Amino acid sequence: MTNHWIDIKNSDCILITGSNAAENHPISMKWVEKARENGAKLISVDPRFTRTSAVADFYTALRSGTDIAFLGGMLNYIIENEKYFKDYAANYTNASFIIGDKFKFEDGLFAGYDPKKRKYDKSFWGLKRDSKGVAERDLTLKNPRCVFQLLKEHYSRYTLEKVSGITGTPVDDLKKVYEMYASTGTKDKVGTIMYAMGWTQHTVGTQNIRTMAIIQLLLGNIGMAGGGVNALRGESNVQGSTDHCILYHIWPGYLKTPKASQATLAAYNTKYTPKTGDPISANWWGNYPKYSVSMLKSFFGDKATKKNDFGYSWLPKLDDGVNYSWLNLFDTMYNGTIKGFFAWGMNPACSGANANKNRQALAKLDWLVNVNLFDNETGSFWKGPGMDPKKIKTEVFMLPCAASVEKEGSITNSGRWAQWRYKAGNPAGDSKPDGEIMTDLMNAIKKVYAKGGKFPEPIVNLKWDYTTKGTFDSHKVAKEINGYFLEDVEFKKKGKKFKKGDLVPSFAYLKDDGSTSSGNWLYCNSYTNKGNMMARRGKDDPTGLGLYSGWSWCWPVNRRIIYNRASVDLNGNPWNPKRPVVKWTGPKTKWVGDVPDGGWPPMSNAEKTKRPFIMKPDGVASVFGPGRADGPFPEHYEPLESPVAKNAMSSQFNNPAIKIFDGPMDPFAKNDPKFPVVATTYRVTEHWQTGVLTRWQPWLIETQPQLFVEISEELAKERGIKNGEPAKVTSARGEVAAVAIVTTRFRPFKVAGKTVHQVGLPWCFGWVTPKDGGDSANLLSPNVGDANTMIPETKAFMVNVEKA
Amino acid sequence: MDVSRREFLVISGAAAAGVAVSSLGIDMGPAKAYADEVKLKKVKSAKQSTTICPYCAVGCGLVCSTDKKTGTIINIEGDPDHPINEGSLCAKGAGLYQITANNPSRLQKVLYRAPNSDKWEEKSWDWALAEIAKRVKATRDEYFIAKNKKGQVVNRVEAIAEVGSAAIDNEECWPLQAMMRALGLVYIEHQARI
Repeated sequence: MTNHWIDIKNSDCILITGSNAAENHPISMKWVEKARENGAKLISVDPRFTRTSAVADFYTALRSGTDIAFLGGMLNYIIENEKYFKDYAANYTNASFIIGDKFKFEDGLFAGYDPKKRKYDKSFWGLKRDSKGVAERDLTLKNPRCVFQLLKEHYSRYTLEKVSGITGTPVDDLKKVYEMYASTGTKDKVGTIMYAMGWTQHTVGTQNIRTMAIIQLLLGNIGMAGGGVNALRGESNVQGSTDHCILYHIWPGYLKTPKASQATLAAYNTKYTPKTGDPISANWWGNYPKYSVSMLKSFFGDKATKKNDFGYSWLPKLDDGVNYSWLNLFDTMYNGTIKGFFAWGMNPACSGANANKNRQALAKLDWLVNVNLFDNETGSFWKGPGMDPKKIKTEVFMLPCAASVEKEGSITNSGRWAQWRYKAGNPAGDSKPDGEIMTDLMNAIKKVYAKGGKFPEPIVNLKWDYTTKGTFDSHKVAKEINGYFLEDVEFKKKGKKFKKGDLVPSFAYLKDDGSTSSGNWLYCNSYTNKGNMMARRGKDDPTGLGLYSGWSWCWPVNRRIIYNRASVDLNGNPWNPKRPVVKWTGPKTKWVGDVPDGGWPPMSNAEKTKRPFIMKPDGVASVFGPGRADGPFPEHYEPLESPVAKNAMSSQFNNPAIKIFDGPMDPFAKNDPKFPVVATTYRVTEHWQTGVLTRWQPWLIETQPQLFVEISEELAKERGIKNGEPAKVTSARGEVAAVAIVTTRFRPFKVAGKTVHQVGLPWCFGWVTPKDGGDSANLLSPNVGDANTMIPETKAFMVNVEKA
Repeated sequence: MDVSRREFLVISGAAAAGVAVSSLGIDMGPAKAYADEVKLKKVKSAKQSTTICPYCAVGCGLVCSTDKKTGTIINIEGDPDHPINEGSLCAKGAGLYQITANNPSRLQKVLYRAPNSDKWEEKSWDWALAEIAKRVKATRDEYFIAKNKKGQVVNRVEAIAEVGSAAIDNEECWPLQAMMRALGLVYIEHQARI
């Protein structure tokens, strides 16, 4: 989130879409309700009438997979009716930038597309820049080739009628939502978006969020209290695990993983350190080498020296242009070239799209290590439905791990708050905290490599001293993540001196010469000589905005609302004086309020200022986003499996930049009359993710005992299915048995002039337990992913529903 | 009587079986009487510690009560001092007691499934870790890629993959990715991707 949970109370208009917060982030509704007590309006847009919809001021439905059409219409409305916040857009975004001559858009494709490679040459999307690389701008936003005008042109195509024909949402409902939300374009009103997997799990997922980001930027809602772009993340520490980058393409702190073509650390740092010709762009990623070198020092300690490029060659290089992400991982595993696998606190036999492909893939492994609290469909895959253990050679090691309350450490919530928590009881039986398991395992591996082996250097040189008296010590890791001064150092300009062994106070002090370490620069400031900032329990709220700056710690440097320099005008005065996030009080007393996004004076001080979006090389937010794989402006494409024959917006049916798997385990429906019903998946309050933890708990399984499919009364009538009867749901990939819930929560859509039905299933069940509880809804979903992230499209695919 | 919010919950005897759901605001008449009688003394004398819910990413605060004699967790409920949830919990958090060692379904032993076998065998940690280390080394050494097809130095292993976890602590996430990267893995993914 750019903002945080409690901040939602400061909003005037809350749009919850691609999310069912009431059921999946239930306590967040406390803050939604606080906002409503103060007059805020809640809008729920969802294919199904959910519990969030039930408390909304306005609800309407849209067909799964049509969010860009819906939001494109909103953008059109905002621009046509001049609801945008012009000063904000002109000064703080690239809306004023002039786009290069090579850029164009025609019939669903942007310039630079290679249909054979299914890839764009992004040089066609360059901006016009002067000799210093500074972008040319028209602050009046009138130049016909400026971003704003091309944005206007692009979204002029998303008329109410067009949008309605795609989404199935009535025109009047579209108008109502657009009116309500666009009202937050004034200085005194702010709107927020709460979204989740309903937006990300699509082949156009990234562009779904981009569209909303553009809306928020045009309305001036970023950096503001009660505003922002707010992802409601799904696991207690997915924010932390993302920050620490357990992902193939990034190193801790969102650094890039190195490529084969970057033979040296210098080449790597040069490639990823952006430059800017704009003297008032902070270009914070310009500090990149300080963070990468400090990270390497945390990896290899004293073994990392300037001479050996700080151990750079010890870490694996990806082949340029190759994607090693989830869908490719399981495809590779299915093809037999992955021999060993760690499923560590994950249940891919149920959580992965096209789950059967994952289950079959597991059977190709030589060995599998499964770490979890309970038995699950992944560790026990070899005795699952359709499996013959006699034919499966995979060795499986099931390692029992401790529950959250049986160990000490921190987790980071969706609002970027890293909160420390304590051990309350001992682990069950022989189970151990994950930290202990990995410590012991790596020590066992180090032991076998001490005698020799292939390329032992990274293994034997890995700094691995995170124990106290032989037991894993999370405090030691937390301090390593924060970082240390590795020698005595003086910062003359800041008037500060530090000794070797001091904890680094913030990432502003990290260096690229090997004199500092920091496991993750983003968390530098979390555990300092002042103590464990994550363990704080301060309850002061001096601004009344609910920042709680003394409660736990958030990144970066405890800034609670990021991009907050955009919450003030060019003189540093809050756009909305009633909800000031930061305020410039003069050269002596400077900024008051939240931690400012850099302490430089406001933009009226043309010499000393910096633009507000400090992580972008141009210093402004991207309305035009030329870094995306599928285009600089979001465009509606149909999901891979769609109920319509044509994309109403263009001849380009699906996202032109997605990878389409074409193996025997990768079937998908192309206008197949066998699968005429749109399906989506969702969650219930009483279960969590695959149910791997919650299905073993009697209180919870009693409340939600088995898989169901929600279908409309109209579809039920058509199929002769009664409420409570067993039903069968099938897709091109698999089949599940589910109890039918016949409900008015789903209603048929009118799309492209015909009736389109939609159904939904929760994905929290699995064959391990309870008996007859049903299996994973992901046996149905398709293994196709977003063009940028390859997040699978589990929220929109085609099925059939029949009486069982 | 001057009572803090935490003390109030202790006094009202929210403890164990079903009474934990008092965080949901359900009237717990008969169960409360039981709690008052049997559990109140235990909870009052228990050691309290704070935790954060392990489920969604709202990050609600909870208070655990641990019996000082046995070291077992006897109650988990909402933390009224936490600014986000102010003591409230959803059904999952309210039921967190059932994730603890008190749940007999918890995996208590290291288990091993041999090739083509139809059953689990109980093993020791020492055995399992040594055996896994052997296999990691064997697979890594056999399939290690020092240079790619273009002759570029890559020093990586594509034959071992790792997924997980968004459910472990930050201080476990960081070492886990460090360990996997030091082994040369590139197929490293987790819940954030899906």
